[in-house]
Amino acid sequence: MTGSPVPFPPSERQPAGDSPVKADIRDVHFYYGKFHALKGISLPLYDRRVTAFIGPSGCGKSTLLRVLNRIYELYPGHVATGEVIVDGQNILAPGLDLNLVRAKIGMVFQKPTPFPMSIYDNVAFGIRLYEKLPRAELDDRIEAALRRAALWDEVKDKLRQSGLGLSGGQQQRLCIARAIAVQPEILLLDEPASALDPISTQRIEELIAELKSDYCIAIVTHNMQQAARSSDYTAFMYLGELVEFDLTERIFTYPREKRTEDYVTGRFG
Amino acid sequence: MSVYGRRRLMNYAVIGLAFAATAFGLLWLVLVLGTLVYEGAGAMSPALFTEMTPPPGSKGGLLNAIFGSLAMTAIATAIGTPTGILAGTFLAEYARGSRFGEVVRFINDILLSAPSIIVGLFVYEAMVVQMGHFSGWAGAMALAIIMIPVVVRTSEDMLRLVPDALREAAAALGAPKWKVVVTISYRAALQGMLTGVLLAVARISGETAPLLFTSLSNLFWSADLNAPIANLPVVIFNFAMSPYAEWNALAWGGALLITVAILLLNIGARLLTARSTFKT
Repeated sequence: MTGSPVPFPPSERQPAGDSPVKADIRDVHFYYGKFHALKGISLPLYDRRVTAFIGPSGCGKSTLLRVLNRIYELYPGHVATGEVIVDGQNILAPGLDLNLVRAKIGMVFQKPTPFPMSIYDNVAFGIRLYEKLPRAELDDRIEAALRRAALWDEVKDKLRQSGLGLSGGQQQRLCIARAIAVQPEILLLDEPASALDPISTQRIEELIAELKSDYCIAIVTHNMQQAARSSDYTAFMYLGELVEFDLTERIFTYPREKRTEDYVTGRFG
Repeated sequence: MSVYGRRRLMNYAVIGLAFAATAFGLLWLVLVLGTLVYEGAGAMSPALFTEMTPPPGSKGGLLNAIFGSLAMTAIATAIGTPTGILAGTFLAEYARGSRFGEVVRFINDILLSAPSIIVGLFVYEAMVVQMGHFSGWAGAMALAIIMIPVVVRTSEDMLRLVPDALREAAAALGAPKWKVVVTISYRAALQGMLTGVLLAVARISGETAPLLFTSLSNLFWSADLNAPIANLPVVIFNFAMSPYAEWNALAWGGALLITVAILLLNIGARLLTARSTFKT
């Protein structure tokens, strides 16, 4: 591991009695063409824990999330360096089968992105890519995913209808169901509730709390209360750098850095 | 108050001009369509659809021309649709931001606005001269060449309307690129792309110039695409310029027929667009 120093002492990287590191982000730099968007980010994502990325717009938190499943590679000129170790494997290494990486790391976007097909087919889409299941088994998997996403009761009678006909909050839960239906190990949520009303937001947050018993979750949010409510760890980023990473309660009560304190108390950002 | 008064006057003046301009434009359209319907309706009869083009001075129909037009349009569509959609897919999904893509798009735009008579001359040189005679195949090819850039353009535009967020969402599930294109982009853009194809068919169904050099025409029944074949635009062109009253009447009938067909294609395209899945 080379590059810039970790912004906190190694002894504090893993608080006592906590779960293992699922993804270890090591000295990640990111470039949009000439623009240096991430400047040596290093931090761990713990399994079965929620890690929140906070910081003002343009600080690089969404960019970091997009590095974790290499979705940035859809666009030419986007380059990441460094390492992200998941289960002993560097997923930023060249020559990796990207599609297999992405099947293991689910992502939910800011705006709901239901596919122009039925609710059933939306959830089945990812499963069908990698598994050939008998009909009954597929039905079960879809029901399980929709139940997990707390959407089953609302859609069980209209699975054949278009996913585009659902409300915004339902669409977002459909996207979460679609992401977990492929049984990923890591779930990346990019401001999943920012386009939703307070009630839908609450449902998504309850869902996150429920899902963390099985997944390693990383969530980008603009909403300070949301980060405080739903995450175990919080990373505060500013201008492409990781300013502070710690247990969420410590970030919000005893931040070490002045900039963190100013941000979480609403003095800037 | 005088400022306000002047502004009001100006407002009325401009509104008046706008109405006048609209009326001026519509006037000619109404006159053209009115004449066409008036003259064409008189030529409408069952014989129009059942009899062949007659020799001068006797009655007949347009069956051979209708068949020839349908056959050549169908072949042109069968060639032009897949070619155009695939090229549009290349531009929208694979060649984004690439220099080569820009060059292809630029050339396609030139083809799009190229006079159709140039296309006719090109196919004349490339096919008619080589084969030694005019033919239905050459006509269909000329129509296909006119159709392709239209379909390329609309396919690309429609695929570009599909939000990148959808492509990202599919890729994030581990879908390979071709799968994203076929199952997500195509499905999302389907209606728009079909609309483009319908409009392209409407465009080529009235083309006359390219057929003059390629399929020519034929006074008799012929289903042989290796020989000159009758078609509505060229028959209208020939009959309308002739001194014979029967031929003139058939030309009006044919013109009305093409206009109605294009109208129906446009209505179909409208309906498809209205049902479109996407609101951008």
